[in-house]
Amino acid sequence: MSTVKPEQVVGATAADPFSGPDAHGHFGRYGGVFVGETLIAAVEELDKVYTTMAGKPEFWAEIDRDLKFYVGRPSPLYVAERLTAHFGGAKIVLKREDLNHTGAHKINNTIGQALLAKFMGKPRIIAETGAGQHGVASATIAARLGLQCDVYMGAEDIKRQSANVYRMKLMGARVIAVESGSRTLKDALNEALRDWATNVDNTYYIIGTAAGPHPYPRMVRDFQSVIGREARQQSMELFRRLPDALVACVGGGSNAIGLFHPFLHDTDVSMYGVEAGGDGLETGRHAAPLSAGRPGVLHGNRTYLMTDAAGQIMETHSVSAGLDYPGVGPEHAWLKDIGRVNYVAATDTEALEAFRYLSRMEGIIPALESAHAIAYGCKLAAQLPKDRIVVINLSGRGDKDIHTVAGIDGIEI
Amino acid sequence: MSRISQTMAALRAAKRKVLIPYLVAGDPDKGTTLALMHALVAAGADIIELGIPFSDPSSDGTVIQLGAERALREGTTLHDVMDIVRQFRAHDATTPIVLMGYLNPIEIMGYEAFASAAQAVGADGVLIVDMPAYECAELFDAVRPRGLDTVFLVAPTTTQSRLASICASSTGYLYYVSLKGVTGAAITDKGDIKSKIEHLRTMTDLPVVVGFGIKDAASAVDMASISDGVIVGSALVDAISRLHRGGVATPDDLAATVAVIASIRSAIENIK
Repeated sequence: MSTVKPEQVVGATAADPFSGPDAHGHFGRYGGVFVGETLIAAVEELDKVYTTMAGKPEFWAEIDRDLKFYVGRPSPLYVAERLTAHFGGAKIVLKREDLNHTGAHKINNTIGQALLAKFMGKPRIIAETGAGQHGVASATIAARLGLQCDVYMGAEDIKRQSANVYRMKLMGARVIAVESGSRTLKDALNEALRDWATNVDNTYYIIGTAAGPHPYPRMVRDFQSVIGREARQQSMELFRRLPDALVACVGGGSNAIGLFHPFLHDTDVSMYGVEAGGDGLETGRHAAPLSAGRPGVLHGNRTYLMTDAAGQIMETHSVSAGLDYPGVGPEHAWLKDIGRVNYVAATDTEALEAFRYLSRMEGIIPALESAHAIAYGCKLAAQLPKDRIVVINLSGRGDKDIHTVAGIDGIEI
Repeated sequence: MSRISQTMAALRAAKRKVLIPYLVAGDPDKGTTLALMHALVAAGADIIELGIPFSDPSSDGTVIQLGAERALREGTTLHDVMDIVRQFRAHDATTPIVLMGYLNPIEIMGYEAFASAAQAVGADGVLIVDMPAYECAELFDAVRPRGLDTVFLVAPTTTQSRLASICASSTGYLYYVSLKGVTGAAITDKGDIKSKIEHLRTMTDLPVVVGFGIKDAASAVDMASISDGVIVGSALVDAISRLHRGGVATPDDLAATVAVIASIRSAIENIK
């Protein structure tokens, strides 16, 4: 796959509305750097280092090498024939990020950020994790580069995702249980920010999603954009044309922005970001800030949030730990406002149903996060003519979720 | 001249150090916060930083996190915080109040509504932990015309180029963060703080007050002797955690809770 060209990642221009963020990290009114003063110098340094590195072809060449020989990229673009026949509409095509080393798209980002940590001379990395996929991807790359790795994980999520906790430990990472707040992903992020403020001299913080203070949203997007660049090229090779629609799940939004970004200029390609609808948007028990939240400020950026009328962050509800987050990346907030991407939601029930039918019809067990995209994508395909192409990002595999689903079935594994 | 500037000028003229306690509004309940504020003034507080509780206080250590959780369990909102200030002001016309917190509750209320409420109840300044000065243009438009001071943090990691912009955006005083870390951690490098503050003196006439990590008379004397005074948060909030929620705190309870402030007051009284 081709490397990112420097002009694709440096600065916004009037001619190209999608080349943001601006110098202070804004996508329209969203993004920015809203962190405590202790961390400002660290994020400014990171921005400087990343901007320099992003301009160097050898940096991208090293990442591409790792993506090819360590991660196993390119990930296939797979035509799901039985699924397509079952829904009877557009061709359903899966971008198989679940086949990456570690089983999800998260490694695309940790490879890039760990390389920055190494370049900056930081011997220790920290990460937050919800479902554990980003924690695993961080522990993986830390093991490979010989870096110390501490992963913050909500105590509630540790219970839900014990297999991933053990994987991280096997690779030498320390998993630190977060007991504060709602004991989920947002609290793990708070705790990681506290650690970073305390150990800022020797520690690099690998944020796992396209959110947080600038430059993280831009950087994570750039590292994840390999998904969309490959999908574009593969679609041209397979179908001699671009897809009609792209579908991806959105928690923080890194796999979605990675798929969408290289297609933003292609006005004929429609895009759907699928949030976690939980028990249903109307119940208030969900994790869908773009569908049912409002703009506010959390974890370093201005974006859509699940916040109550008093400005407190609300507890979120989703069957998938990886989508159980009250915010979303600022570029998604902006893409929503300008109408370029449609943001929708799939409920727990719909996602579980998709989890089961993808397993049975295609022999692919999806992550519960990705199952949200499958659920909406199949519904969309069913409404479209047969000559259309819908690409769904299968962002991760579901091995980590079998305990959760078995539990719902009343089976103890 | 703002109430904060008057207070600072009077202290400077008397060659006394400023003592600023921090407590979370609504911890353990609204009535007790109000009683504690008056007790703090009696114990020697010159200014009070009143914390706006937030669900995700990512710059705070465990003690203040728990304080915020207690306040939120009581249902304390930003409107309640304003109400506490209003009640305090009815009986104390001189002690300045700085509203300190995270941006989201203020953003959701709206800058104009926030600023006009703060002015109406008699608050004097605002310190937003997670809002750097260059994001503040709209906020300044709302608070400055109403005479509210804008206090900013300076950290050990703050670069020279940022120092200039922070000094330019700050009024009232500068809050110097003594350590790399969160509230309630331990100060490790006194020499570095001294040289950083001396450098700050060459850039601004604003009083420089040191916070984070001041937990007793000894650490307060250490920091006050190289600055204009100290901010004490976690040590006080820790004492507040021992008060019972809902019950009426007796004068003895209140005095015991603010004892750490009283002892710091007397310890820093003789620093010249």
